[in-house]
Amino acid sequence: MFDDFFIRALVAGIGIAFVAGPLGCFVVWRRLSYFGDTLAHSALLGVTIAYSLEFNIAVSIFLISSAIALILIQLQKKTNLPSDALLGLLAHSSLAVGLVVIGFLTFIRFDIMGLLFGDILAVNKKDLVTIWVGGALILLVLRLIWKPLFASTVNYELAQAEGLNPDRAKAVFTVLLAAIIAISIKLVGVLLITGMLIIPTAMARNLSDNPKKMVIFAIIGGLLSVFIGLFSSLEFNTPSGPSIIAAALVLFIFSLLKVKQTIQLKN
Amino acid sequence: MENNILVKLNNVGFQQNQKWLVQGVSLQVEKGKIVTLIGPNGSGKSTTAKIALGLFKNIEGQVEKFTNNIGYVPQKISIDWTLPLRVRDFMLLTDNLTEDVIDEALSLTGVINLKDKSLGNLSGGEFQRVLLARAISKKPELLVLDEPVQGVDFTGEIALYELIKEISEKLNCGILLISHDLHTVMSATDHVVCLNGHVCCSGSPKEVAKNSEYKALFGEQAAQTLSIYEHNHDHVHTNDGDIKKN
Repeated sequence: MFDDFFIRALVAGIGIAFVAGPLGCFVVWRRLSYFGDTLAHSALLGVTIAYSLEFNIAVSIFLISSAIALILIQLQKKTNLPSDALLGLLAHSSLAVGLVVIGFLTFIRFDIMGLLFGDILAVNKKDLVTIWVGGALILLVLRLIWKPLFASTVNYELAQAEGLNPDRAKAVFTVLLAAIIAISIKLVGVLLITGMLIIPTAMARNLSDNPKKMVIFAIIGGLLSVFIGLFSSLEFNTPSGPSIIAAALVLFIFSLLKVKQTIQLKN
Repeated sequence: MENNILVKLNNVGFQQNQKWLVQGVSLQVEKGKIVTLIGPNGSGKSTTAKIALGLFKNIEGQVEKFTNNIGYVPQKISIDWTLPLRVRDFMLLTDNLTEDVIDEALSLTGVINLKDKSLGNLSGGEFQRVLLARAISKKPELLVLDEPVQGVDFTGEIALYELIKEISEKLNCGILLISHDLHTVMSATDHVVCLNGHVCCSGSPKEVAKNSEYKALFGEQAAQTLSIYEHNHDHVHTNDGDIKKN
């Protein structure tokens, strides 16, 4: 059954949507979308290192993204630059260094478009295992840190005062973010992973009045985006990542109608 | 009596950007006792409460905490609109409570009707009642209340202060209460600490009442919930923040 490239892409996309929903909610709630972008940009560097050292791609991306997150925390402590400038600095320099390294690796043929925007043909059976096992682990760890992470998202001091450990939860969450980028890069691509995290979540926000509902709607939105995106990618021969994100955008636009209704009801 | 102490501050201080927010504060909160911090704006009341809660890393002095079951009502809390949150979700923030426990706490503070409302749609006073309900719902050993009745209407204010007194007796928990109002302090307060960057004066309101010329004032007011704590300072604060001994 997994011999068909399209089935593989679909199964991969379903796995990613289940993980991206809950993580994406926290990215939106904690205002981390640009942070997610920075981690994703650094993933390209991870890919090139994996190729040049003949190392596992997902593990390499995970390590590089985590390292970039650590560097960011250090820079925030030791410089007077604002966070958005530091994020931009890291995002663009790691993307640039990644592309420069690719230029040097003339002995390997790279599909740069595929890396940046995802490739429906690139997902192999090993990737499916990585996505589903990695995804299950991410969700399990998220479940474990949910309480302190959620409480500190609402109010940091309240969470800390009442004996939860917000700093540890935040550090673990950063690692989880690096992990989802690592497992979803092949299908969605470096430039659009953050879109997969935040667009279905933004749609879910328009439809929900409580956090649990928002997570569930984010997952449903992600699944629908994957289905619609991949089918149209197959139909119109478009790259998989942009097709999925464009589908998510359409769903988001539909969800705006609901917001309009609620606002009218309020008035 | 050692084992009745819930939290003890020993000569604590905290500075930020080379400026002392508060310095040389010692106090302790015991089971079933209410300690009230009073003082003007910027006198370090909230800072002292946060030191007691262990929210600052680099403090001077020692904090000894003998409980981890703490309920906290912060002075300021803003709920982001990006996070949809109903009152019932908020009640479960730091603890797993049953529906019954949630209902009981919300009923006590008079906001059970708001259980399914979105937190962002509450008025200031309603929100304050929800904050208080959340803090007491987990039956804490230590309650830290930073201006818990701000924005609450006057009759509600008295009722909530009475509730706080009731809770401290019923749960036998210690309460660290903050008020920026220098004149209105609960008669139920066991110990009053007046702060202005440091401890200006402190003592039991009743003792002060007995021993001072303001005894009459306390006598008249004693039957009521609200009483007047009169200051007996040995120094004055000049406008530039200096301290002048009388």
